[in-house]
This record gives sequence, structure tokens and C-alpha cells, in this order.
Amino acid sequence: MEFILNRYRNLTVLLIVVTAQLLLIAYQVRTAKDVPLVRVWAVTAVTPVERMLEWGRRNTWGFVEDYFFLLNTRQQNEQLQKELGRLKLENQYLKTELSTADRAKALGQFQAQSPSKMIAARIIGNGTGANSKAVFVDRGSGSGIENGMAVVTPDGIVGKVIAAYPTASLVLLITDANFAAGVISQKNRVHGTLKGQGHDGTVLVDYVQSEEKVDPGEWFYTSGDDRIFPKGFPVGQVTTIRNGHNFKEVYVTPSGFQNGLEEVLIVLEGVHQAIPEWEMASPGINLIPAPPTEGTDAASPQTPPVANTDADRLKEQYRQAGDAQHHTFGEGAPGSTPPDFTRLPGIRENGGVVAGAKPSPAGPGTPNNAQTPPASGQQASQPGAATAAAVPVKPKPKAPLLVTDPTDADPDEPAVAVAPPRRADADTGSKKKSTGDANTEILPPAPAPKPKPNVR
Amino acid sequence: MNEFSERLLSDASRKDKARFRPLILIVVPLAAILFQVYVPRFLPFLSYLELPLLITLHFALSRREPISALLYGAAIGLVQDSLSNQKIGMYGIVKTLVGYFAASVGLRFDVENPFITFILGFFFYCFHQFFYWVLTRALLGQLVNFDLEQTLIFGLLNAAVAIPLFHILDKLRVTAQS
Repeated sequence: MEFILNRYRNLTVLLIVVTAQLLLIAYQVRTAKDVPLVRVWAVTAVTPVERMLEWGRRNTWGFVEDYFFLLNTRQQNEQLQKELGRLKLENQYLKTELSTADRAKALGQFQAQSPSKMIAARIIGNGTGANSKAVFVDRGSGSGIENGMAVVTPDGIVGKVIAAYPTASLVLLITDANFAAGVISQKNRVHGTLKGQGHDGTVLVDYVQSEEKVDPGEWFYTSGDDRIFPKGFPVGQVTTIRNGHNFKEVYVTPSGFQNGLEEVLIVLEGVHQAIPEWEMASPGINLIPAPPTEGTDAASPQTPPVANTDADRLKEQYRQAGDAQHHTFGEGAPGSTPPDFTRLPGIRENGGVVAGAKPSPAGPGTPNNAQTPPASGQQASQPGAATAAAVPVKPKPKAPLLVTDPTDADPDEPAVAVAPPRRADADTGSKKKSTGDANTEILPPAPAPKPKPNVR
Repeated sequence: MNEFSERLLSDASRKDKARFRPLILIVVPLAAILFQVYVPRFLPFLSYLELPLLITLHFALSRREPISALLYGAAIGLVQDSLSNQKIGMYGIVKTLVGYFAASVGLRFDVENPFITFILGFFFYCFHQFFYWVLTRALLGQLVNFDLEQTLIFGLLNAAVAIPLFHILDKLRVTAQS
């Protein structure tokens, strides 16, 4: 045995080392557990150096670029280019600062507006997997990061935390082949499972039934089904749709990577949000207001709708009666005084008198001059003609038969019956007493109205 | 056997065994891993470079001791695994094998020849990628596609990078007559 071990010492060590690592992998696969100690050591050793490199890059990259730029142009005019270079350097620095501030501001605004609790993080490096798409961010378990937390930008989802170390976290991007998340389309509300393809560019929405409808350009949002991403975060826009055997192959361009990945937000406590309506998800397309309905003025949105049916007309009459008596339908407390529906326009006031107008002292026997066409326009404009037109003489109803007065008032009744509420009640008090209407307030008789000049 | 083949197949065991300072043995692979982690963020076209593999290969070919080479490869691979989202041991196994076989090859060939360096760089890159793919499918059950064309092209590029890189790394070693 000793001879064999000595003779095949190299091979023996190789087998031992490989077997040990195989057992390590088998342990991880079987127990679904990681070996955190090794990873923590490696990440703790590497990420501080990465932080330093990133800090150095941010602070020197613009300077290096401008330095080389100056070298190329110095031959033309050394003095001028020095000045130009200095200004460019300063400009570059300010632009970088401004860009950083803009990104930070956008992130901050999104963070403040979103109901979810988030924390900002900066990407400091890539994962080393051959086919994997993973990045390191500079926030770790010390900042409250935990495995499984969603990582987003204001433009869309980015990935999820798959390992949280004390000083950094590893984020699996949505383009990784092992990534999956529940998504829902915006327009047709089609559910699917988002899967990475292992390369940048597009991701696949799988398990979409062939008979379901998905349109190119449609947006997908997180559905919240995976319990990782809160519902309502944008995922991306559909670029390609193919009909597969059982399911459709829907390819989506991720929106979270549109502006590059430097800063991200990690969702500490997710809150589901509503998915916006389809019309709102068309940025860049100017939509003019809807055309006005025929017969209405677009400039006056308060114009009541056209009464197309008898029910519409009846409803409009009741509404006008309520308006004239300053009554708002639906707000009266139980037991409060209802509007006086004996003064419905169109039944007793079709003669042109608005509800609530004071009765004419001319009385019921006054001839109806309003129905007599004036001899000339001058006559019609005279005060006397105006007075005659204002006399509330009750004509025959012009409304359809369905437009009826619930109090079943006689249309031939003299117009003096249409009076201000209390006065009218006083005039008809004895009549209401006899009807025994519980909702009718009975007031004492009022003195006879004094004749007043009709003033329009 | 002509003069060229004699030079290639000369008994390498008679040549110097390279020795490196311990600091170099730690700093160089760490720098290679940092390069792999950090630089492709800003220069994505450099993501094809597998510098940790080239470092393992150079150490194994120079050192020509299979045991130390396989242990060195295993250590580099495990650190790489720790920074990836895969199970720990995947890169470790592959680089262990690369270190062992490269050290065995180093006993047979004159590895200081640039042509041999190029061939070995290309071969071990392809071996590394293929074996990693096999392990991913066999041990983890992940259905990852093996892009042969891309692997061959990247193998050529890594082999091209290996020639100047090995030349630089040779400057760092301390030679001693075995």
C-alpha cells in the first residue's frame, strides 16, 4: 500500500483533492445550503479592494481622459489648449458630479415616491461565473440586506439578492439563466414566468398559453406571485413573440438596464402597487383629448349630457328642480325636507319661467301674451313685452307622456300655483293636510303676497 | 527527430524549476481575480479573458510539480467559486485538473517556447470551459448550452494573451537549479 501511495503520490493527491471538492458540491446540492464561511472570507478580502478601485476610478477617470485629450491637441496651440484643458477638466468633473447628482436625485425621488422601503446601493463588481450574470453591490447584511430581496431601478427590475455578506451582496441579474420571476402583461393581463437567457439583451416570458394574447410593445410588470418582487414594478417591453408548441415564447427587453447599471435600489420591505393602465404606458406619444360628444360643447365640460331617452329627460328635469331649490341629491339626511317636485320644469314652467321665479301679480286670468308673436322685434324688446313673457302662464305640457309629475298636478292649474317654496306650501297647505303626506312640512298660512313689479 | 522537435521535447526536468516569492503567489492570482471581477464592468470586451486560468497554467508549467500545481489551482478555483453564484467547488475541480495536467505537460515540453505556450493556452482554455460545462450539467443539472465556436475563438484570444503574460510573469520568478 505504501509502495502504491509513493509511486502514485501525485495521482493520489489529485484524487483526494477532487473527491473532497466533489463531496463539497454534493453536500451543497443535497442540503441546498451554502458554505458561507469560504464565501465570506473571499468576499471580505476582495470587496474592499474593489471599493478602492471604484473610488479611484470615479475620481480619476475624467482626469485621465482629459489628459490624453490635451496631449493630442497641444500641438495646435499650447497655451490655449492648456486653458481649454483646464476648463474641460473642470467641466468634465462638474458633468460627472451633475450626472451622479441627477442619478442620485432620480433614485431618491423614486425611493421617496414608492411605497416600498428601499435602500440605495452601488454596483462595485461582477460575479465570476462563466455563464452567470451577477454583480456585487456595496451593501451587505450590515445594512439590513437579506437573501431574496428585490433589486430595482426607477426604470424597472434588475435582479435579486442571492447572497448577503457583511460588506457586500451578490445580486443575480434578471438576464441570468437561473433567474425567474412572476410577471403580468399590462394590457391583456397575461401571466407568465420571466426567465433570463444568460446573455444581455432580452429575457423570456415563459408559460404563456398559446391562446392568450400578447401584443408587441406591450409592457410587462411584476405580478407579485413570486413573493420577491412587489407587484407593479416595470419589467420591460415585448419585442418578439413566437408561437411555441404549448406556450408562446415572449421576448422582453428589460427596462431596468436602459440607463446602465451603477446605482440600484434594494427593496427592504416591498409594497404591492397597482399596474398602470394601458394608455398611460405609452410615453412619448401625445394623446389629444377625446372628441366632445355630439351636441355638447367641449369647452364647457359641465354641460349636462343630451337627453336621448324619456328616462334621461325625466332625470334632467328632476335635476333642474333640485338645482333650483339648492338641493343636492344624495346628501339629504333622513327626515330632511325633500325638494318640491311639484315645481318640475317642463310641466308647469315650460313657459320660460325658471323654477323659483316669483309669481306675477297679474294672476291666473292674465292673457298669455307670450304665446302671441310680437308684431315686430321692437315690440318684443319693449318692457311691456318682457313683462308679458315673464308671466308664468302655464301652457299645455310639451314633454312626452312619460314625463309626469309625481304629485300628479293638473297641468291646467293656474300658474300661480308655482310659487316660492314656503308661499306655495302656504297656498296648498290645506290640500297637503288632506293628503296626509308625512314628508310634507305643513306651515301656517302666509299673508297674501304683495304685488311686485316684474323685473327681469 | 529534427532539431526543432528535439528542442520541444527536451527533458524539461533537467531545466530550472521556477520558484516564486510567497507574496507573488498570493498577489498575482488575487489581481487576476480582481481584474476578472472589476474590469469587464467598464470594458466588457475583456470579459473573455480567463486570467485566473492563465495564472494557474503559468504556475503549473513553470513549477512542474503536479501536487503544488493542483493545490494552487484548487485554491484559485475556490476563490473564484466564492465570488460566483455557483456552488463552491466547480471552478476548484476544473482548475485542480488544469494544474495537475499542466504540471505533467511541463515535465515533457519546453514550455518557454512561445509556440508551445500558445498551443497549451488554447488547449487548456478549451479544456477548462468544456469541463466546467460538463460539471454544470452533470453535477448541478443545469441545461447550459456549450458554444463551441465562441469557446474556440476565446481560446485563441486567451492563448494570444498568454504569451506576453507568461513573459511578464517569468520576470517575477526566482530561479533555482533543481
